[in-house]
Amino acid sequence: MPFIPHTADDVREMLAECGVERIDDLFDEIPDKLISKPLSAIPEGLSEMEVSRLMHDASRKEGAFLNFIGAGAYEHHIPAAVWQIATRGEFYSAYTPYQAEASQGTLQVLYEYQSMMCSLTGMDVTNASLYDGASALAEGVLMAVRLHKSARRVLVPSALHPAFRATVRTIVSNQGIEIVEVPYCPESGRTLVDTVRNQIDAQVAAIVIAQPNFFGVLEDVDALTDLAREAGVAVIACVNPVSLALLSPPGKWGAQGADIAVGDGQPLGIPLASGGPYFGFLACKQSLVRQMPGRVVGRTVDLDGKPGFTLTLQAREQHIRRSKATSNICTNQGLAVTAAAIHLALLGAEGLRRVALKSHANMKQLLGMLKRIEGVEQRFDSGYFHESVLTLNIPARKVCETLREAGIIAGYDLEKPYPELGNSLLVCTTETRSEADLQHYADTMSRCLGGA
Amino acid sequence: MTIPSELKYTDTHEWVRTESDGTVSVGITHHAQEQLGDLVYVESPQVGRKFKKGEECGVIESVKAASDLYAPLSGEILAVNESLADAPEKINENAYDAWMFRIRPDDPAELEALLDASGYSKIVEAESH
Repeated sequence: MPFIPHTADDVREMLAECGVERIDDLFDEIPDKLISKPLSAIPEGLSEMEVSRLMHDASRKEGAFLNFIGAGAYEHHIPAAVWQIATRGEFYSAYTPYQAEASQGTLQVLYEYQSMMCSLTGMDVTNASLYDGASALAEGVLMAVRLHKSARRVLVPSALHPAFRATVRTIVSNQGIEIVEVPYCPESGRTLVDTVRNQIDAQVAAIVIAQPNFFGVLEDVDALTDLAREAGVAVIACVNPVSLALLSPPGKWGAQGADIAVGDGQPLGIPLASGGPYFGFLACKQSLVRQMPGRVVGRTVDLDGKPGFTLTLQAREQHIRRSKATSNICTNQGLAVTAAAIHLALLGAEGLRRVALKSHANMKQLLGMLKRIEGVEQRFDSGYFHESVLTLNIPARKVCETLREAGIIAGYDLEKPYPELGNSLLVCTTETRSEADLQHYADTMSRCLGGA
Repeated sequence: MTIPSELKYTDTHEWVRTESDGTVSVGITHHAQEQLGDLVYVESPQVGRKFKKGEECGVIESVKAASDLYAPLSGEILAVNESLADAPEKINENAYDAWMFRIRPDDPAELEALLDASGYSKIVEAESH
Protein backbone atom coordinates (compact mmCIF):
# COMPACT_ATOMS: atom_id res chain seq x y z
CA MET A 1 0.00 0.00 0.00
CA PRO A 2 1.47 3.38 -0.93
CA PHE A 3 2.30 5.81 1.86
CA ILE A 4 0.92 9.23 1.01
CA PRO A 5 1.70 11.91 3.60
CA HIS A 6 -0.85 14.62 4.46
CA THR A 7 -0.62 17.84 2.53
CA ALA A 8 -0.38 21.15 4.39
CA ASP A 9 -4.05 21.70 3.50
CA ASP A 10 -5.04 18.32 5.01
CA VAL A 11 -3.25 19.21 8.23
CA ARG A 12 -4.86 22.65 8.41
CA GLU A 13 -8.33 21.18 7.89
CA MET A 14 -7.85 18.54 10.56
CA LEU A 15 -6.54 21.05 13.10
CA ALA A 16 -9.51 23.33 12.40
CA GLU A 17 -11.85 20.37 12.99
CA CYS A 18 -10.19 19.69 16.35
CA GLY A 19 -10.34 23.36 17.24
CA VAL A 20 -6.61 23.85 17.79
CA GLU A 21 -4.07 26.00 16.01
CA ARG A 22 -0.89 23.96 16.00
CA ILE A 23 -0.07 20.27 16.14
CA ASP A 24 1.81 20.81 19.41
CA ASP A 25 -1.46 21.99 20.97
CA LEU A 26 -2.71 18.40 20.68
CA PHE A 27 -0.05 17.37 23.23
CA ASP A 28 -0.96 20.03 25.80
CA GLU A 29 -1.75 17.54 28.52
CA ILE A 30 1.76 16.03 28.53
CA PRO A 31 3.70 17.67 31.41
CA ASP A 32 6.55 19.92 30.29
CA LYS A 33 9.22 17.98 32.11
CA LEU A 34 8.42 14.82 30.13
CA ILE A 35 8.83 16.42 26.74
CA SER A 36 12.28 15.87 25.32
CA LYS A 37 14.13 18.90 24.08
CA PRO A 38 15.90 19.06 20.68
CA LEU A 39 18.43 16.22 20.42
CA SER A 40 21.61 18.25 20.34
CA ALA A 41 23.87 15.20 20.70
CA ILE A 42 22.57 13.64 17.49
CA PRO A 43 24.54 14.87 14.44
CA GLU A 44 23.06 16.21 11.23
CA GLY A 45 21.79 13.72 8.67
CA LEU A 46 24.26 12.20 6.19
CA SER A 47 23.88 11.30 2.55
CA GLU A 48 23.90 7.64 1.57
CA MET A 49 27.42 7.95 0.20
CA GLU A 50 28.62 9.64 3.41
CA VAL A 51 27.15 6.82 5.48
CA SER A 52 28.88 4.26 3.23
CA ARG A 53 32.16 6.09 3.77
CA LEU A 54 31.60 6.21 7.54
CA MET A 55 30.99 2.47 7.62
CA HIS A 56 33.95 1.80 5.34
CA ASP A 57 36.24 3.91 7.54
CA ALA A 58 35.06 1.90 10.53
CA SER A 59 35.68 -1.36 8.67
CA ARG A 60 39.27 -0.32 8.00
CA LYS A 61 39.92 -0.66 11.71
CA GLU A 62 38.87 -4.27 11.26
CA GLY A 63 41.25 -4.90 8.35
CA ALA A 64 39.39 -3.62 5.29
CA PHE A 65 41.68 -1.90 2.80
CA LEU A 66 41.70 1.61 1.40
CA ASN A 67 41.70 0.94 -2.32
CA PHE A 68 43.73 2.70 -4.99
CA ILE A 69 43.79 -0.08 -7.57
CA GLY A 70 41.76 0.02 -10.77
CA ALA A 71 43.35 -1.71 -13.77
CA GLY A 72 40.06 -2.67 -15.37
CA ALA A 73 37.71 -2.96 -12.39
CA TYR A 74 36.68 0.13 -10.47
CA GLU A 75 35.31 0.85 -7.00
CA HIS A 76 32.42 3.25 -7.53
CA HIS A 77 29.61 4.21 -5.20
CA ILE A 78 26.55 2.05 -5.88
CA PRO A 79 23.27 3.44 -4.51
CA ALA A 80 21.71 0.87 -2.14
CA ALA A 81 18.51 0.95 -4.19
CA VAL A 82 20.31 -0.63 -7.19
CA TRP A 83 20.70 -4.09 -5.73
CA GLN A 84 17.59 -3.77 -3.58
CA ILE A 85 15.62 -3.54 -6.83
CA ALA A 86 17.78 -5.90 -8.89
CA THR A 87 17.41 -8.71 -6.37
CA ARG A 88 13.62 -8.55 -6.24
CA GLY A 89 12.12 -11.92 -7.12
CA GLU A 90 10.85 -10.63 -10.45
CA PHE A 91 14.38 -9.81 -11.67
CA TYR A 92 16.57 -12.20 -9.73
CA SER A 93 17.80 -14.52 -12.44
CA ALA A 94 21.15 -14.76 -14.21
CA TYR A 95 19.47 -15.38 -17.56
CA THR A 96 16.88 -13.95 -19.87
CA PRO A 97 14.02 -16.34 -19.30
CA TYR A 98 13.01 -19.07 -21.70
CA GLN A 99 9.75 -18.08 -23.38
CA ALA A 100 11.19 -14.62 -23.00
CA GLU A 101 8.09 -12.71 -24.06
CA ALA A 102 6.20 -14.00 -21.01
CA SER A 103 8.51 -11.78 -18.92
CA GLN A 104 7.71 -8.34 -20.30
CA GLY A 105 9.26 -6.58 -17.28
CA THR A 106 12.63 -8.25 -17.80
CA LEU A 107 12.57 -7.47 -21.50
CA GLN A 108 11.66 -3.86 -20.80
CA VAL A 109 14.61 -3.47 -18.42
CA LEU A 110 16.94 -4.91 -21.08
CA TYR A 111 15.43 -2.59 -23.67
CA GLU A 112 15.99 0.40 -21.38
CA TYR A 113 19.56 -0.79 -20.79
CA GLN A 114 20.13 -0.98 -24.56
CA SER A 115 18.71 2.51 -25.04
CA MET A 116 20.94 3.98 -22.34
CA MET A 117 24.05 2.24 -23.68
CA CYS A 118 23.31 3.54 -27.19
CA SER A 119 23.05 7.04 -25.85
CA LEU A 120 26.25 6.64 -23.77
CA THR A 121 28.33 5.19 -26.64
CA GLY A 122 26.76 7.26 -29.42
CA MET A 123 26.13 4.07 -31.40
CA ASP A 124 22.91 2.95 -33.13
CA VAL A 125 22.34 -0.48 -31.58
CA THR A 126 23.61 -2.63 -28.71
CA ASN A 127 22.93 -6.17 -27.61
CA ALA A 128 21.66 -7.16 -24.17
CA SER A 129 25.27 -7.75 -22.96
CA LEU A 130 28.00 -10.38 -23.13
CA TYR A 131 30.10 -12.18 -20.48
CA ASP A 132 32.63 -9.42 -19.83
CA GLY A 133 34.57 -6.64 -21.51
CA ALA A 134 37.35 -8.88 -22.77
CA SER A 135 35.03 -11.39 -24.47
CA ALA A 136 32.97 -8.49 -25.86
CA LEU A 137 36.16 -7.21 -27.47
CA ALA A 138 36.86 -10.65 -28.94
CA GLU A 139 33.33 -10.67 -30.41
CA GLY A 140 33.95 -7.20 -31.81
CA VAL A 141 37.11 -8.48 -33.51
CA LEU A 142 35.23 -11.47 -34.98
CA MET A 143 32.48 -9.15 -36.23
CA ALA A 144 34.97 -6.85 -37.93
CA VAL A 145 36.73 -9.74 -39.65
CA ARG A 146 33.41 -11.22 -40.88
CA LEU A 147 32.53 -7.83 -42.33
CA HIS A 148 35.79 -7.35 -44.16
CA LYS A 149 35.59 -10.74 -45.91
CA SER A 150 39.17 -10.72 -47.25
CA ALA A 151 41.61 -9.30 -44.64
CA ARG A 152 42.09 -11.21 -41.38
CA ARG A 153 44.62 -9.13 -39.46
CA VAL A 154 43.61 -6.97 -36.50
CA LEU A 155 45.78 -4.30 -34.89
CA VAL A 156 45.63 -4.17 -31.11
CA PRO A 157 47.49 -1.57 -29.05
CA SER A 158 50.06 -2.81 -26.52
CA ALA A 159 48.53 -0.18 -24.26
CA LEU A 160 45.28 -2.19 -24.18
CA HIS A 161 44.49 -4.13 -20.96
CA PRO A 162 46.76 -7.25 -20.90
CA ALA A 163 43.85 -9.51 -19.92
CA PHE A 164 41.78 -8.20 -22.83
CA ARG A 165 44.66 -8.92 -25.23
CA ALA A 166 45.08 -12.44 -23.82
CA THR A 167 41.33 -13.19 -24.06
CA VAL A 168 41.12 -11.94 -27.64
CA ARG A 169 44.06 -14.14 -28.62
CA THR A 170 42.49 -17.17 -26.94
CA ILE A 171 39.16 -16.72 -28.71
CA VAL A 172 40.30 -15.73 -32.22
CA SER A 173 43.69 -17.43 -32.67
CA ASN A 174 42.19 -20.70 -33.95
CA GLN A 175 39.99 -18.91 -36.44
CA GLY A 176 42.80 -17.86 -38.74
CA ILE A 177 42.83 -14.30 -37.44
CA GLU A 178 46.17 -12.63 -36.87
CA ILE A 179 46.53 -10.25 -33.92
CA VAL A 180 49.35 -7.71 -34.32
CA GLU A 181 50.25 -5.34 -31.50
CA VAL A 182 50.86 -1.63 -32.00
CA PRO A 183 53.56 -0.39 -29.60
CA TYR A 184 52.88 2.65 -27.44
CA CYS A 185 55.04 5.76 -27.32
CA PRO A 186 57.41 5.45 -24.31
CA GLU A 187 57.18 9.18 -23.55
CA SER A 188 53.46 9.82 -23.84
CA GLY A 189 52.04 6.33 -23.22
CA ARG A 190 49.83 6.89 -26.27
CA THR A 191 49.34 4.90 -29.45
CA LEU A 192 50.73 7.27 -32.08
CA VAL A 193 49.04 7.89 -35.42
CA ASP A 194 52.37 7.54 -37.28
CA THR A 195 53.03 4.15 -35.69
CA VAL A 196 49.61 2.91 -36.72
CA ARG A 197 49.99 4.31 -40.24
CA ASN A 198 53.13 2.19 -40.73
CA GLN A 199 51.24 -0.95 -39.72
CA ILE A 200 48.13 -0.48 -41.86
CA ASP A 201 47.98 -2.25 -45.20
CA ALA A 202 45.47 -4.24 -47.27
CA GLN A 203 45.74 -7.22 -44.89
CA VAL A 204 44.35 -5.25 -41.94
CA ALA A 205 40.63 -5.67 -41.29
CA ALA A 206 40.29 -3.69 -38.08
CA ILE A 207 42.02 -1.73 -35.36
CA VAL A 208 41.19 -1.62 -31.67
CA ILE A 209 41.40 1.78 -29.98
CA ALA A 210 41.34 1.81 -26.16
CA GLN A 211 40.01 4.95 -24.49
CA PRO A 212 41.37 5.53 -21.92
CA ASN A 213 44.11 2.96 -22.48
CA PHE A 214 45.44 0.64 -19.76
CA PHE A 215 47.77 3.39 -18.48
CA GLY A 216 44.77 5.67 -17.95
CA VAL A 217 46.09 7.80 -20.82
CA LEU A 218 43.72 9.42 -23.33
CA GLU A 219 44.38 8.50 -26.95
CA ASP A 220 43.93 10.81 -29.92
CA VAL A 221 40.83 8.85 -30.92
CA ASP A 222 39.71 11.25 -33.67
CA ALA A 223 42.98 11.09 -35.61
CA LEU A 224 43.29 7.32 -35.15
CA THR A 225 39.69 6.75 -36.28
CA ASP A 226 40.07 8.97 -39.34
CA LEU A 227 43.31 7.23 -40.33
CA ALA A 228 41.70 3.80 -40.07
CA ARG A 229 38.42 4.67 -41.77
CA GLU A 230 40.21 6.31 -44.71
CA ALA A 231 42.19 3.09 -45.16
CA GLY A 232 39.00 0.99 -45.14
CA VAL A 233 39.88 -0.47 -41.74
CA ALA A 234 37.08 -0.97 -39.21
CA VAL A 235 37.42 0.78 -35.84
CA ILE A 236 36.62 -1.10 -32.63
CA ALA A 237 36.45 1.24 -29.65
CA CYS A 238 37.22 -0.33 -26.26
CA VAL A 239 35.99 2.14 -23.67
CA ASN A 240 35.31 2.71 -19.97
CA PRO A 241 31.57 3.52 -19.84
CA VAL A 242 31.91 6.00 -16.95
CA SER A 243 34.53 8.00 -18.86
CA LEU A 244 32.00 8.48 -21.68
CA ALA A 245 30.05 10.84 -19.44
CA LEU A 246 32.90 13.31 -20.10
CA LEU A 247 34.69 12.11 -23.21
CA SER A 248 33.53 12.03 -26.82
CA PRO A 249 31.48 8.85 -27.42
CA PRO A 250 32.84 6.30 -29.97
CA GLY A 251 29.98 7.08 -32.35
CA LYS A 252 31.40 10.59 -32.71
CA TRP A 253 35.09 9.74 -33.06
CA GLY A 254 36.62 11.39 -36.11
CA ALA A 255 34.57 12.21 -39.16
CA GLN A 256 32.66 8.91 -39.33
CA GLY A 257 32.74 7.46 -35.81
CA ALA A 258 33.83 4.01 -34.67
CA ASP A 259 32.11 0.97 -36.22
CA ILE A 260 31.89 -1.07 -33.02
CA ALA A 261 32.14 -0.05 -29.36
CA VAL A 262 32.81 -2.54 -26.56
CA GLY A 263 33.86 -2.45 -22.95
CA ASP A 264 33.33 -3.81 -19.46
CA GLY A 265 30.13 -2.66 -17.77
CA GLN A 266 31.39 -3.29 -14.22
CA PRO A 267 31.78 0.44 -13.36
CA LEU A 268 28.00 0.81 -13.85
CA GLY A 269 26.72 -0.54 -10.55
CA ILE A 270 28.53 -3.87 -10.28
CA PRO A 271 30.54 -4.33 -7.06
CA LEU A 272 34.14 -5.54 -7.11
CA ALA A 273 34.05 -9.27 -6.46
CA SER A 274 37.31 -11.13 -7.12
CA GLY A 275 36.98 -10.59 -10.87
CA GLY A 276 33.29 -10.99 -11.40
CA PRO A 277 30.65 -11.64 -12.46
CA TYR A 278 30.85 -8.44 -14.45
CA PHE A 279 29.34 -7.86 -17.90
CA GLY A 280 30.47 -6.82 -21.34
CA PHE A 281 28.70 -4.42 -23.64
CA LEU A 282 28.84 -4.37 -27.42
CA ALA A 283 27.35 -1.64 -29.60
CA CYS A 284 27.62 -0.98 -33.32
CA LYS A 285 26.33 0.96 -36.27
CA GLN A 286 22.90 0.00 -37.62
CA SER A 287 24.43 -1.33 -40.84
CA LEU A 288 26.37 -3.97 -38.88
CA VAL A 289 23.46 -5.21 -36.78
CA ARG A 290 23.20 -8.59 -38.55
CA GLN A 291 26.79 -9.38 -37.60
CA MET A 292 26.22 -8.47 -33.96
CA PRO A 293 26.16 -11.54 -31.69
CA GLY A 294 23.96 -11.98 -28.66
CA ARG A 295 20.45 -11.17 -27.67
CA VAL A 296 18.67 -8.00 -28.75
CA VAL A 297 15.39 -6.79 -27.30
CA GLY A 298 13.10 -4.83 -29.58
CA ARG A 299 9.98 -2.76 -28.98
CA THR A 300 6.91 -3.69 -30.99
CA VAL A 301 3.11 -3.77 -30.81
CA ASP A 302 0.85 -6.74 -30.10
CA LEU A 303 -2.26 -7.80 -32.02
CA ASP A 304 -4.28 -5.08 -30.27
CA GLY A 305 -1.71 -2.40 -31.11
CA LYS A 306 -0.43 -2.19 -27.53
CA PRO A 307 3.33 -1.67 -27.05
CA GLY A 308 5.36 -4.69 -25.98
CA PHE A 309 8.88 -6.03 -25.97
CA THR A 310 10.31 -9.02 -27.80
CA LEU A 311 13.61 -10.71 -28.56
CA THR A 312 14.54 -9.85 -32.12
CA LEU A 313 17.15 -10.56 -34.82
CA GLN A 314 17.51 -14.12 -33.55
CA ALA A 315 17.89 -15.81 -36.94
CA ARG A 316 21.69 -15.93 -36.63
CA GLU A 317 21.81 -17.02 -33.01
CA GLN A 318 23.18 -20.33 -31.89
CA HIS A 319 19.85 -22.02 -31.21
CA ILE A 320 18.96 -21.53 -34.89
CA ARG A 321 22.26 -21.37 -36.79
CA ARG A 322 24.24 -23.74 -34.57
CA SER A 323 27.84 -23.91 -35.81
CA LYS A 324 27.20 -21.03 -38.24
CA ALA A 325 25.86 -18.67 -35.57
CA THR A 326 27.51 -15.27 -35.13
CA SER A 327 28.75 -16.56 -31.79
CA ASN A 328 28.49 -19.67 -29.66
CA ILE A 329 29.75 -18.10 -26.45
CA CYS A 330 27.33 -15.28 -26.06
CA THR A 331 24.90 -15.76 -23.23
CA ASN A 332 24.19 -12.44 -21.57
CA GLN A 333 24.62 -11.27 -17.98
CA GLY A 334 20.97 -10.53 -17.35
CA LEU A 335 21.20 -9.80 -13.63
CA ALA A 336 24.29 -7.58 -13.83
CA VAL A 337 22.70 -5.68 -16.71
CA THR A 338 19.49 -5.23 -14.73
CA ALA A 339 21.59 -3.61 -11.99
CA ALA A 340 23.41 -1.45 -14.56
CA ALA A 341 20.13 -0.22 -16.04
CA ILE A 342 18.84 0.70 -12.56
CA HIS A 343 22.19 2.29 -11.66
CA LEU A 344 22.19 4.44 -14.81
CA ALA A 345 18.55 5.39 -14.31
CA LEU A 346 19.20 6.45 -10.68
CA LEU A 347 22.32 8.45 -11.50
CA GLY A 348 21.04 9.98 -14.70
CA ALA A 349 23.29 11.66 -17.24
CA GLU A 350 24.23 14.43 -14.80
CA GLY A 351 24.96 12.02 -11.94
CA LEU A 352 27.24 9.91 -14.12
CA ARG A 353 29.01 13.05 -15.31
CA ARG A 354 29.64 14.07 -11.70
CA VAL A 355 31.04 10.62 -10.88
CA ALA A 356 33.44 10.86 -13.83
CA LEU A 357 34.41 14.44 -13.03
CA LYS A 358 35.08 13.72 -9.35
CA SER A 359 37.11 10.60 -10.21
CA HIS A 360 39.26 12.63 -12.58
CA ALA A 361 39.61 15.56 -10.15
CA ASN A 362 40.74 13.16 -7.41
CA MET A 363 43.49 11.77 -9.66
CA LYS A 364 44.60 15.29 -10.51
CA GLN A 365 44.76 16.17 -6.83
CA LEU A 366 46.59 12.96 -5.92
CA LEU A 367 49.18 13.47 -8.66
CA GLY A 368 49.75 17.00 -7.32
CA MET A 369 50.46 15.55 -3.86
CA LEU A 370 52.63 12.69 -5.14
CA LYS A 371 54.78 14.81 -7.44
CA ARG A 372 56.11 16.64 -4.39
CA ILE A 373 57.51 13.36 -3.04
CA GLU A 374 61.14 12.51 -3.77
CA GLY A 375 61.25 9.23 -5.72
CA VAL A 376 57.82 9.50 -7.38
CA GLU A 377 57.30 10.66 -10.93
CA GLN A 378 54.33 10.69 -13.24
CA ARG A 379 55.45 8.33 -16.02
CA PHE A 380 53.54 9.80 -18.98
CA ASP A 381 53.00 13.46 -19.76
CA SER A 382 49.59 12.91 -21.42
CA GLY A 383 45.98 13.64 -20.56
CA TYR A 384 44.37 11.03 -18.32
CA PHE A 385 40.99 10.01 -16.94
CA HIS A 386 41.14 8.52 -13.43
CA GLU A 387 44.27 6.35 -13.56
CA SER A 388 47.93 7.14 -13.97
CA VAL A 389 51.30 5.39 -14.06
CA LEU A 390 53.83 6.35 -11.37
CA THR A 391 57.53 5.63 -11.71
CA LEU A 392 59.10 4.92 -8.32
CA ASN A 393 62.68 4.75 -7.09
CA ILE A 394 62.15 1.26 -5.67
CA PRO A 395 60.28 -1.74 -7.14
CA ALA A 396 56.50 -1.25 -7.17
CA ARG A 397 56.13 -4.67 -5.56
CA LYS A 398 57.94 -3.38 -2.45
CA VAL A 399 55.73 -0.30 -2.30
CA CYS A 400 52.60 -2.45 -2.62
CA GLU A 401 53.80 -4.68 0.23
CA THR A 402 54.62 -1.80 2.57
CA LEU A 403 51.39 0.07 1.87
CA ARG A 404 49.36 -3.11 2.30
CA GLU A 405 50.73 -3.37 5.84
CA ALA A 406 49.42 0.16 6.36
CA GLY A 407 45.97 -0.92 5.13
CA ILE A 408 46.29 0.56 1.64
CA ILE A 409 46.09 -1.21 -1.72
CA ALA A 410 48.61 1.00 -3.50
CA GLY A 411 47.82 0.11 -7.12
CA TYR A 412 48.66 -2.35 -9.86
CA ASP A 413 52.31 -3.39 -10.27
CA LEU A 414 53.11 -3.11 -13.99
CA GLU A 415 56.31 -5.15 -13.85
CA LYS A 416 54.90 -8.37 -15.29
CA PRO A 417 52.87 -7.03 -18.22
CA TYR A 418 55.23 -4.12 -18.98
CA PRO A 419 58.76 -4.96 -17.74
CA GLU A 420 60.19 -2.16 -19.90
CA LEU A 421 58.50 0.41 -17.66
CA GLY A 422 60.73 -0.49 -14.71
CA ASN A 423 59.47 0.37 -11.23
CA SER A 424 56.01 1.39 -12.31
CA LEU A 425 52.70 1.40 -10.49
CA LEU A 426 49.25 2.00 -11.99
CA VAL A 427 47.18 3.98 -9.50
CA CYS A 428 43.46 4.81 -9.64
CA THR A 429 41.07 7.13 -7.84
CA THR A 430 37.30 7.08 -8.11
CA GLU A 431 34.74 9.44 -6.59
CA THR A 432 34.71 7.24 -3.46
CA ARG A 433 38.09 8.57 -2.26
CA SER A 434 37.97 11.60 0.03
CA GLU A 435 40.60 14.31 0.27
CA ALA A 436 41.73 12.76 3.56
CA ASP A 437 42.15 9.40 1.77
CA LEU A 438 44.34 11.02 -0.88
CA GLN A 439 46.45 12.75 1.75
CA HIS A 440 46.77 9.51 3.70
CA TYR A 441 47.97 7.73 0.55
CA ALA A 442 50.52 10.44 -0.24
CA ASP A 443 51.81 10.56 3.36
CA THR A 444 52.15 6.79 3.55
CA MET A 445 53.88 6.69 0.16
CA SER A 446 56.26 9.41 1.30
CA ARG A 447 57.16 7.46 4.45
CA CYS A 448 57.56 4.26 2.44
CA LEU A 449 59.98 5.79 -0.09
CA GLY A 450 61.81 7.91 2.46
CA GLY A 451 62.60 4.81 4.48
CA ALA A 452 63.86 2.87 1.44
CA MET B 1 3.53 -24.11 -62.02
CA THR B 2 6.19 -23.80 -59.34
CA ILE B 3 9.14 -25.43 -61.14
CA PRO B 4 9.65 -23.73 -64.53
CA SER B 5 10.97 -26.17 -67.12
CA GLU B 6 13.33 -23.67 -68.79
CA LEU B 7 15.49 -23.27 -65.66
CA LYS B 8 18.22 -25.40 -64.11
CA TYR B 9 18.34 -26.26 -60.40
CA THR B 10 20.62 -27.33 -57.56
CA ASP B 11 19.85 -29.74 -54.75
CA THR B 12 20.38 -26.77 -52.37
CA HIS B 13 17.29 -25.09 -53.90
CA GLU B 14 18.85 -22.44 -56.13
CA TRP B 15 17.52 -21.87 -59.66
CA VAL B 16 19.83 -20.94 -62.55
CA ARG B 17 18.87 -19.15 -65.76
CA THR B 18 21.22 -18.80 -68.72
CA GLU B 19 21.08 -15.29 -70.18
CA SER B 20 21.61 -14.44 -73.85
CA ASP B 21 25.16 -13.21 -73.17
CA GLY B 22 26.21 -16.55 -71.66
CA THR B 23 26.13 -15.34 -68.05
CA VAL B 24 23.75 -16.95 -65.55
CA SER B 25 21.29 -15.48 -63.06
CA VAL B 26 20.71 -17.22 -59.74
CA GLY B 27 17.83 -17.12 -57.27
CA ILE B 28 16.10 -19.45 -54.81
CA THR B 29 13.16 -21.64 -55.75
CA HIS B 30 9.52 -21.18 -54.89
CA HIS B 31 9.79 -24.26 -52.67
CA ALA B 32 12.78 -22.75 -50.82
CA GLN B 33 11.03 -19.44 -50.10
CA GLU B 34 7.96 -21.37 -48.92
CA GLN B 35 10.08 -23.33 -46.44
CA LEU B 36 11.90 -20.23 -45.17
CA GLY B 37 8.80 -18.08 -44.65
CA ASP B 38 8.79 -14.27 -44.76
CA LEU B 39 12.21 -13.11 -45.93
CA VAL B 40 13.67 -10.08 -44.17
CA TYR B 41 17.24 -9.77 -45.44
CA VAL B 42 19.54 -10.87 -48.23
CA GLU B 43 23.29 -10.74 -47.75
CA SER B 44 24.58 -10.77 -51.32
CA PRO B 45 28.06 -11.85 -52.43
CA GLN B 46 30.59 -9.16 -53.29
CA VAL B 47 30.70 -8.22 -56.96
CA GLY B 48 34.01 -9.30 -58.46
CA ARG B 49 34.58 -12.19 -56.08
CA LYS B 50 35.12 -15.68 -57.46
CA PHE B 51 33.45 -18.75 -56.02
CA LYS B 52 33.78 -22.46 -56.62
CA LYS B 53 30.70 -24.58 -57.31
CA GLY B 54 28.97 -25.37 -54.04
CA GLU B 55 30.78 -22.69 -52.05
CA GLU B 56 28.78 -20.50 -49.63
CA CYS B 57 28.41 -17.09 -51.20
CA GLY B 58 25.67 -15.31 -49.26
CA VAL B 59 23.03 -15.55 -46.55
CA ILE B 60 19.29 -15.27 -46.79
CA GLU B 61 17.40 -14.47 -43.63
CA SER B 62 13.74 -15.01 -42.82
CA VAL B 63 11.84 -14.35 -39.62
CA LYS B 64 12.57 -17.96 -38.69
CA ALA B 65 16.13 -18.64 -39.77
CA ALA B 66 19.20 -17.54 -41.67
CA SER B 67 20.28 -19.90 -44.46
CA ASP B 68 23.30 -19.99 -46.73
CA LEU B 69 23.25 -19.34 -50.43
CA TYR B 70 25.54 -21.60 -52.47
CA ALA B 71 27.22 -20.83 -55.77
CA PRO B 72 25.59 -23.25 -58.26
CA LEU B 73 28.58 -22.89 -60.60
CA SER B 74 32.20 -21.83 -60.38
CA GLY B 75 32.76 -18.31 -61.61
CA GLU B 76 32.93 -14.60 -60.91
CA ILE B 77 30.09 -12.53 -59.47
CA LEU B 78 29.16 -9.92 -62.08
CA ALA B 79 26.20 -8.22 -60.41
CA VAL B 80 23.83 -8.49 -57.46
CA ASN B 81 20.17 -7.51 -57.36
CA GLU B 82 20.33 -4.34 -55.26
CA SER B 83 16.56 -3.96 -55.20
CA LEU B 84 16.30 -6.94 -52.82
CA ALA B 85 18.12 -5.03 -50.09
CA ASP B 86 15.06 -2.88 -49.43
CA ALA B 87 12.46 -5.37 -50.61
CA PRO B 88 13.42 -8.97 -49.80
CA GLU B 89 9.70 -9.82 -49.87
CA LYS B 90 9.96 -9.79 -53.68
CA ILE B 91 11.44 -13.29 -53.30
CA ASN B 92 8.31 -14.46 -51.48
CA GLU B 93 6.08 -12.81 -54.08
CA ASN B 94 7.73 -14.36 -57.12
CA ALA B 95 10.84 -16.42 -56.47
CA TYR B 96 11.68 -16.90 -60.17
CA ASP B 97 11.53 -13.17 -60.88
CA ALA B 98 13.77 -12.20 -57.99
CA TRP B 99 17.27 -13.03 -59.19
CA MET B 100 19.92 -12.53 -56.50
CA PHE B 101 23.23 -12.49 -58.37
CA ARG B 102 24.76 -13.08 -61.81
CA ILE B 103 27.79 -15.27 -62.45
CA ARG B 104 30.12 -15.57 -65.41
CA PRO B 105 30.63 -19.36 -65.42
CA ASP B 106 34.19 -20.67 -65.62
CA ASP B 107 33.14 -23.99 -67.10
CA PRO B 108 29.98 -24.41 -69.25
CA ALA B 109 30.04 -28.14 -68.51
CA GLU B 110 29.04 -27.39 -64.92
CA LEU B 111 25.83 -25.85 -66.23
CA GLU B 112 24.94 -29.07 -68.03
CA ALA B 113 25.48 -31.05 -64.85
CA LEU B 114 22.76 -29.11 -62.94
CA LEU B 115 19.33 -30.61 -62.34
CA ASP B 116 16.50 -30.03 -64.77
CA ALA B 117 12.93 -29.34 -63.65
CA SER B 118 11.96 -32.98 -63.33
CA GLY B 119 15.14 -33.84 -61.45
CA TYR B 120 14.50 -30.99 -59.01
CA SER B 121 10.84 -31.87 -58.56
CA LYS B 122 11.93 -35.35 -57.38
CA ILE B 123 14.08 -33.71 -54.69
CA VAL B 124 11.19 -31.54 -53.55
CA GLU B 125 8.91 -34.59 -53.45
CA ALA B 126 11.49 -36.61 -51.52
CA GLU B 127 11.78 -33.80 -48.94
CA SER B 128 8.05 -33.66 -48.40
CA HIS B 129 7.96 -37.33 -47.32
